Amino acid sequence: MEFFSNLFGPTWPLVWTLAKIVAIVLPIMGCVAYLTLAERKVIGFMQVRLGPNRVTFFGIRWLGGLAQPIADALKLLTKEIIIPSGANKVLFLMAPVLSLMPALAAWAVIPFDPELVLANVDAGLLYVMAITSMGVYGVIIAGWASNSKYAFLGCLRSAAQIVSYEIAMGFALVGVLMMSHSLNLVEIVKQQQGGLGALSWNFIPLFPMFIVYLISGVAETNRAPFDVAEGESEIVAGFHVEYSGMAFAVFFLAEYANMILVSTLTAVMFLGGWLSPVPFLPDGFPWLVGKVGFVLFLFLWFRATFPRYRYDQIMRLGWKVFIPVTLVWLMVIGGWMQTPYWPWK
Amino acid sequence: MSFQLAVFYAFALILVFAALRVITARNPVHASLFLVLAFVTAAGLWMLLEAEFLAITLVLVYVGAVMVLFLFVVMMLDINIDRIREGYWEYLVPALVVAGTMLAEMTLLLVGRSLRLEGMPAPAAKAETYSNTKELGRLIYTQYVYAFEIASVILLVAIVAAIALTMRRRKDSKYQDPARQVVVRRADRVRIVAMKSEKPAAPAAPASEQAAP
Repeated sequence: MEFFSNLFGPTWPLVWTLAKIVAIVLPIMGCVAYLTLAERKVIGFMQVRLGPNRVTFFGIRWLGGLAQPIADALKLLTKEIIIPSGANKVLFLMAPVLSLMPALAAWAVIPFDPELVLANVDAGLLYVMAITSMGVYGVIIAGWASNSKYAFLGCLRSAAQIVSYEIAMGFALVGVLMMSHSLNLVEIVKQQQGGLGALSWNFIPLFPMFIVYLISGVAETNRAPFDVAEGESEIVAGFHVEYSGMAFAVFFLAEYANMILVSTLTAVMFLGGWLSPVPFLPDGFPWLVGKVGFVLFLFLWFRATFPRYRYDQIMRLGWKVFIPVTLVWLMVIGGWMQTPYWPWK
Repeated sequence: MSFQLAVFYAFALILVFAALRVITARNPVHASLFLVLAFVTAAGLWMLLEAEFLAITLVLVYVGAVMVLFLFVVMMLDINIDRIREGYWEYLVPALVVAGTMLAEMTLLLVGRSLRLEGMPAPAAKAETYSNTKELGRLIYTQYVYAFEIASVILLVAIVAAIALTMRRRKDSKYQDPARQVVVRRADRVRIVAMKSEKPAAPAAPASEQAAP
């Protein structure tokens, strides 16, 4: 460490931060690649079939399917990016980047461990909300710049849906804020550390908000059953219908990176982050991985289980069910906290 | 030049450029995207002033919600770009008058002796535990509680009025009642009839089809 800091001189803080960013982004990209494989395998097993099982490393039989994401990436990299006639070229190429950027930038404040966080900022929760709210621009710009009816319909649906569900999500996070008295994500996890293990995590006092946040997370990431922005059966592929090759792959990356991000946020805010569920086992990073994996499995399970919502039903669920539920529960815990019968300290 | 000053000038340059492009861009969608850039850069400037709550809220509310709805509307407009340019020279003179007045007012405030801005000391550095959000929240709900509540009631009135003015329920529109939809049982929609399985009639001799290919 000393050697490197002498080597780079005054630019050392910059180099060190960049190294940390790479150390966070590269594993996320690996997770994204293998999440696509996990999704195909899990849904395959749920539908009593095998899923991808052919592509192996070096022809080793029992690794069947494990090289599938790498083969897919290579295929997409070598394909041509077709720019439709009449498309707005600059915005058309900028849109995938705009949708991937927030999915990666939000990781700056996610705590993996009490010490392991890139930027331990005070307004971490606000930062996450602000950054994730920018993700919709990728979808909107892609839909508009493609100069195509289906893409445009998809982008309008997505814009209305994401703005609606963000409100419910925001109210759910106000509940977390009331529990922890802090916007700092490290503090939010530390506050959930009671003597009771899993019983002192936020998901018990904030149970309705936990459910609302989980479902809104599925809606925010445009995943089934809320994937009307893509809607293969009605508007072909929605906002990314005109995209091919790597430009399409970046949208794909963004969707899966967003899934991992929302799962991690759920784990950090409602499921106790790196904390151990039982008091006699030590806390640590593996618990966070397990919780994120569980929430991700729920995402895949939802996709294999539920049929796609109709658009008016999505809007009704967001505005007329989730927002009132969160508002009422805010009142309930706000009042409950003032009484002496509040069991969480 | 310190690092913060360099960042300030970079952000200020981007902000001025983006704001200029908002009014000079020919395409309204481009103009609103430049407005987004201007908001994000302004948030960066506020962050430099250590007003992190305001900075992040600017991004959250204006970039994340207001501009999304704005783009939503602008994208659906079918605008002939040549027509927008028509009144350019007519509007130029009143616009210059307004801009000149604003410039004069700002100069009076910032350069004039009355406020003594140059003699103003920089605010003291805050302690490590200082939370901008907490302090703002405390002020809003204690010292300025009436002003805050009145402002929110005015906003609520505006929301209700906007909905009341624009909502027209068409008589012939069809809609579902979700409460009635969820109480439906299978017996209301489907009748299951018990019947014996039947053997399909033997197909007619397909002699002609075999001859066809």
